[in-house]
Amino acid sequence: MLGDIGGYLSSPSNRGKVLELLGQHLVLALLPLLIGLVVAVPLGWAAHRRRWLRAAVFGSATVVYTVPALALFVIMPGLLGTRILDQANVLVALTLYTGALLVRPVVDALDAVPGPVVAAATAMGYQPARRFAAVELPMAIPVLTVGVRVASVSNISLVSVGALIGTGGLGQLFTEGFQTRYLAPIVIGIVLIVWLALVMDLLLVGLRRVTTPWTRAA
Amino acid sequence: MIFSQVLAWFADPAHWRGPDGVGTRIVEHLYYTAVAVLIASAIAVPVGLLVGHTARGGVVLVGSANAMRALPTLGLLTFLFLLLRSQAAATLVALVVLAVPPVLAGSYAGVRSVESGVVDAARGMGMTSAQRLWQVELPGAVGLLLGGVRSAVLQVVATTTVAAYVGLGGLGRLLLDGLNSADYPQMAAGALVIAVLALLLDLLLAGVARLVVPKGCRLSRQSDLGRMAAAQPRLIGG
Repeated sequence: MLGDIGGYLSSPSNRGKVLELLGQHLVLALLPLLIGLVVAVPLGWAAHRRRWLRAAVFGSATVVYTVPALALFVIMPGLLGTRILDQANVLVALTLYTGALLVRPVVDALDAVPGPVVAAATAMGYQPARRFAAVELPMAIPVLTVGVRVASVSNISLVSVGALIGTGGLGQLFTEGFQTRYLAPIVIGIVLIVWLALVMDLLLVGLRRVTTPWTRAA
Repeated sequence: MIFSQVLAWFADPAHWRGPDGVGTRIVEHLYYTAVAVLIASAIAVPVGLLVGHTARGGVVLVGSANAMRALPTLGLLTFLFLLLRSQAAATLVALVVLAVPPVLAGSYAGVRSVESGVVDAARGMGMTSAQRLWQVELPGAVGLLLGGVRSAVLQVVATTTVAAYVGLGGLGRLLLDGLNSADYPQMAAGALVIAVLALLLDLLLAGVARLVVPKGCRLSRQSDLGRMAAAQPRLIGG
């Protein structure tokens, strides 16, 4: 088995392909994570401020999140006018997913900021926008990070499903191995995906520690 | 226009009947899903309840459940298929592996969510260990446990499409056969059926949870956050 993997990786063209797929996988999983977060924060803020918006936002987030990823990948061309193999389908679908997944933690995290802290910031003359950026959002980071970690693992694993309909990423090693009846690329793909999820998770935990120095004091 | 083509696909009665019609595919799809979730629950519920009850090995349990979550199902499926040479066994094992972590996390978190004061009171009343588990911890755990089963069902129903990749049936057939014959309306129709099926199942399970959870143990809105923190993947503690 190990010999097989060594044999597969000894070919420079295979090594180049694996690296290229790893890069694709990273972009397809992480770009939506970033854009989804950027979309979810203002949306969550609005839902946090306006009660009537909350039900609508949570409701549509649940619906989006319940639709299976592969189905969403396939429906995208119908909505966007893209080709079926276009990577934009995966990018847009996973961005929707990430946004839907993160909006609730954003609202929960903002709700959990203690009232006296917000009141103190207001009393010190913070305008709402600055108070949000400097006080409420930083205090929401620990809860928000839980959501971002979920989205990160979930995106990394969902990208590989896209290989069924031929969109790039490490999942292509699975279809290649299946078609050629060869285990080596499949094992390499599984190991790299688990490794990627683990490294991203470590990075996010580290990022949370760096950005919330006050949580370490206790 | 694409939407009218998809509608036309649905309107053709030939697409609904017969061994490769939508009806058969839905039944196959639900069958694979049910078998996988039942087997996963039979494994994960007792383990989760027991570890929660004894409060020993929780760290190991949560750690291994989360490592399982990172395994890509398509990779596992193709790996198992080449290894076992059996479509059914490979699909079943891959889907069970997918369904175990949420059920495990839900049943473990459910038992741990019962307030220790309540369990102590039960102990003080002279209840044995088994009585405490059955009469106090289990009723308190049902809400989170069913939450875990619900998320397992949704993940499996979404992923059972991969069964078609190794040659089995299910709604994945519509996607893959449509892809092979460049028939986008059929693919889109299959995707829509899968999406509607998932949404309906989610509603159904939410209703079941409402009926089954004891009145005294309904989760309040506030505990949603705790449930998310407890039941979601964490690869590394902290």
